[in-house]
Amino acid sequence: MIPNEIAITPELVADHGLKPEEYQKILDLIGREPSITELGIFSAMWNEHCSYKSSKKWLKTLPISGPRVIQGPGENAGVVDIGDGQAVVFKMESHNHPSYIEPYQGAATGVGGILRDVFTMGARPIAAMNALRFGDPEHPKTRHLVSGVVAGIGGYGNSFGVPTVGGEVNFHRRYNGNILVNAFAAGIAETDKIFYSKAEGVGLPVVYLGAKTGRDGVGGATMASAEFDEKIEEKRPTVQVGDPFTEKCLLEACLELMASGAVIAIQDMGAAGLTCSAVEMGAKGDLGIRLDLDRVPCREEAMTAYEMMLSESQERMLMVLDPAKEDVARAIFDKWGLDFAVVGETTDDLRFLILRHGETVADLPIKELGDEAPEYDRPWIEPARPAPLAENDIPQADIAEALMTLIGSPDLSSRRWVWEQYDHLILGNTVQRPGGDAAVVRVDEGKPKGLAFAADVTPRYCLADPFEGGKQAVAEVWRNLTCTGAEPLAITDNLNFGNPEKPEIMGQFVRAVQGIGEACKALDFPVVSGNVSLYNETHGEAIMPTPAIAGVGLVPDVTKTARAAFSGNDEAILLAGAPADWGGHLGQSLYLREVHGREDGSAPHVDLTAERRTGDFIRALVRDGKLTAVHDCSDGGLAVTLAEMAMASGIGAKIETPPVDPVCAFFGEDQGRYVVTLPESAVAGVMAAAKDAGVALLRIGTTGGDALELGAAGPLKVASLAARHEAWFPAYMRAVQ
Amino acid sequence: MKSAIILFPGLNRERDMATALRRASGHEPAMVWHTESEIPAADVIVVPGGFSYGDYLRCGAIAARSPIMADLVRKAAAGVTVLGVCNGFQILTEAGLLPGALMRNAGLKFVCREVRLQVERADTRFTSRYAKGEVFRTPVAHGDGNYFADPETLARIEGEGQVLLRYADGTNCNGSVNDIAGVLNPAGNVLGMMPHPENMIDPLQGGTDGFRLFQSLFAGDAEKAA
Repeated sequence: MIPNEIAITPELVADHGLKPEEYQKILDLIGREPSITELGIFSAMWNEHCSYKSSKKWLKTLPISGPRVIQGPGENAGVVDIGDGQAVVFKMESHNHPSYIEPYQGAATGVGGILRDVFTMGARPIAAMNALRFGDPEHPKTRHLVSGVVAGIGGYGNSFGVPTVGGEVNFHRRYNGNILVNAFAAGIAETDKIFYSKAEGVGLPVVYLGAKTGRDGVGGATMASAEFDEKIEEKRPTVQVGDPFTEKCLLEACLELMASGAVIAIQDMGAAGLTCSAVEMGAKGDLGIRLDLDRVPCREEAMTAYEMMLSESQERMLMVLDPAKEDVARAIFDKWGLDFAVVGETTDDLRFLILRHGETVADLPIKELGDEAPEYDRPWIEPARPAPLAENDIPQADIAEALMTLIGSPDLSSRRWVWEQYDHLILGNTVQRPGGDAAVVRVDEGKPKGLAFAADVTPRYCLADPFEGGKQAVAEVWRNLTCTGAEPLAITDNLNFGNPEKPEIMGQFVRAVQGIGEACKALDFPVVSGNVSLYNETHGEAIMPTPAIAGVGLVPDVTKTARAAFSGNDEAILLAGAPADWGGHLGQSLYLREVHGREDGSAPHVDLTAERRTGDFIRALVRDGKLTAVHDCSDGGLAVTLAEMAMASGIGAKIETPPVDPVCAFFGEDQGRYVVTLPESAVAGVMAAAKDAGVALLRIGTTGGDALELGAAGPLKVASLAARHEAWFPAYMRAVQ
Repeated sequence: MKSAIILFPGLNRERDMATALRRASGHEPAMVWHTESEIPAADVIVVPGGFSYGDYLRCGAIAARSPIMADLVRKAAAGVTVLGVCNGFQILTEAGLLPGALMRNAGLKFVCREVRLQVERADTRFTSRYAKGEVFRTPVAHGDGNYFADPETLARIEGEGQVLLRYADGTNCNGSVNDIAGVLNPAGNVLGMMPHPENMIDPLQGGTDGFRLFQSLFAGDAEKAA
């Protein structure tokens, strides 16, 4: 056991992830050497994960408000008004490092943490998603990681009882040593019953709720703010262990507690557990907090103050209680078999005072712990951009064969193997299941209102051009929501990057954030919550810049949404938002990578004005019931879009011979495009409307038959396409057993 | 007709079930907490799905020994209609109300997908709105749905017509013996099934095939008399 009075050496400071100048700042702030518990508290509050010290300057530039935004970044989750006195509460957060070290528990507790962020605010979770990036499929660790992460997400979400309705899974060697596990959750609350972390009132009881405190996860947030090396396996004890059963009980108990009127402020214990939650509640409310650790429910013996303050044991909450309601509150937690302990009180001295065995083990200024955290304006350089492909550089391949290759490739094959392990139907409100552009979930049983959810980012675009890649991630989410007919409301961003102390990595971050900001402004699509994960590097090699974006859209009537599947024979197929030559941007395309083994060229440009004009036009058509199928063009280009629409329905299509090189037309990844179908009789009217709206709309083919014919290319049976599409994932994962 | 839903901590499909019962019966089901000693008067008692006590021990084992179960066993013996779905099925087998046991899925993974169920008998209080031999769509969502019974028990329940629902058209997703998806007790008033008919009751959920099971539950005296 480490005594509280241990001398603080430079090694100890370094082990806590604090730089010498940061330690000097601590000395200046408190005017004496800190105790070990105090050092631990500072390291927890000032690490990158909790303090956003490298990213804050740039995050401030993002648009965070809008007519529907009730709460932007800075709380446990963002809150957006969806009418009828209801709000959607949502956030996405990374659990990358823990998931690489211990994939099942790392991913499971990632889901648990994000669900708590949502229900801490008084919202009942209604949907979850996740964005996953793994290394090269052939890398020896990849199968094990995929298997563990997917099982962990399912294991937690299924037991908790939230439908996991969507997400992404990608593979690339740049994630070999550092996978990404980004978990999203959304819940519904009443707009006048949203709970915040800001404490109010002096001398009020601070109550500990939920599971007991153990030694798991001590130092987790500091671990998550460091690069990986070969000693990473030694960090397994810093990964927390999830208990979805307790979380489900905690959800029900918290919602009952909130309904009882006993809660003044509430905060979940996430990264750096008791420390972050208590400081946050006090600092936001301009109050001090006094905690007596002897009263904290523990599941291990002889825990020190240091361990208790830094434990990341899961399924715990801290709240400020209305003392008049203590009996009611305690009875609720007794009913659910959860701990309920008054562990401290709010004070008026703005100190964060920690007692253990009757002695003061920490006494720190609470505001400064949060507000005085170091903030860096890190040097950055404009990221180098690969040259655009030469105009005559159009590597050829048989169109039909190339399409078969693409739809059976690791990044484009069916994700059924993944989402069938997630309960995506629980709660009975899932209207559009995983596998489409966006999931659609009904808000209340028996009422028409719904929400659409989508998560996207294209890391290879972000690597080639972080600014365009940032724009593209936001635009693609907006596009996917639009496909269903939803009004895109707001996003949450999960910014995964390498070591920000390297100017080229910082440059990726800065430019990506600028791109995200530009797209959010142009599309009126504000950022209401988010998370930054830096230091995603192993042996000095960074991941691809991966600013994952998850968005929420409002669907006034779930019976009037569109789907990607063709809905009948002999319907007109139209391409919206494309130039007259259909498209042709092959740089950074999956065609180049999967068919020719090339990862070069420039990222596609996103014209945000055209994006908005086209999307608004498509959405209006969906809501008017004019379209029988809608799907956006993304990875793999037009050919993959058409194949997906065919496979989802079993209906084939005949596509005209394009006006340009068919490789460009069918596999170019130009942005802002949608494929739509409609009855022949409605074509003239919709064409005229498009012309009036200034939206490009081209007739490219007709549905029907059992094969997909792309211009002059040989016909592909839809059944053969589907068989190839479904084959890769299960075959790949079977090899593990 | 009145219905009741038994609640154990960790169950999570009670709201889905309540919706189905309410829509079929026109009445809100009573929610009965596991620490109660008596279930209020009800014509239909349902143990819904979820993960009671986290399924950290054998699925359903702890819930089966809860205080409320004594009254459930009593009422089942008295002929009240009892339905257990998913974890509810596991709890009813653990409580000895139904034969056999549910093991880990043969594929060792949780599976959420649509299956097809064949109705073996239409002359039961659970399936009167289906035709004998009819196949209908219903989703499953479970990790431990692999039905097993020893050969003697299996021969008996097959012989006595206790196998009510079978996975059809190659949709046995968990390795269940004889494709068994749902079994009755000898008296025919208790049904346990792994699939979730309560998630297939609305066109927005992709179909209404499951709703007739709930309509059957509340078919009522008028229909029986007819």
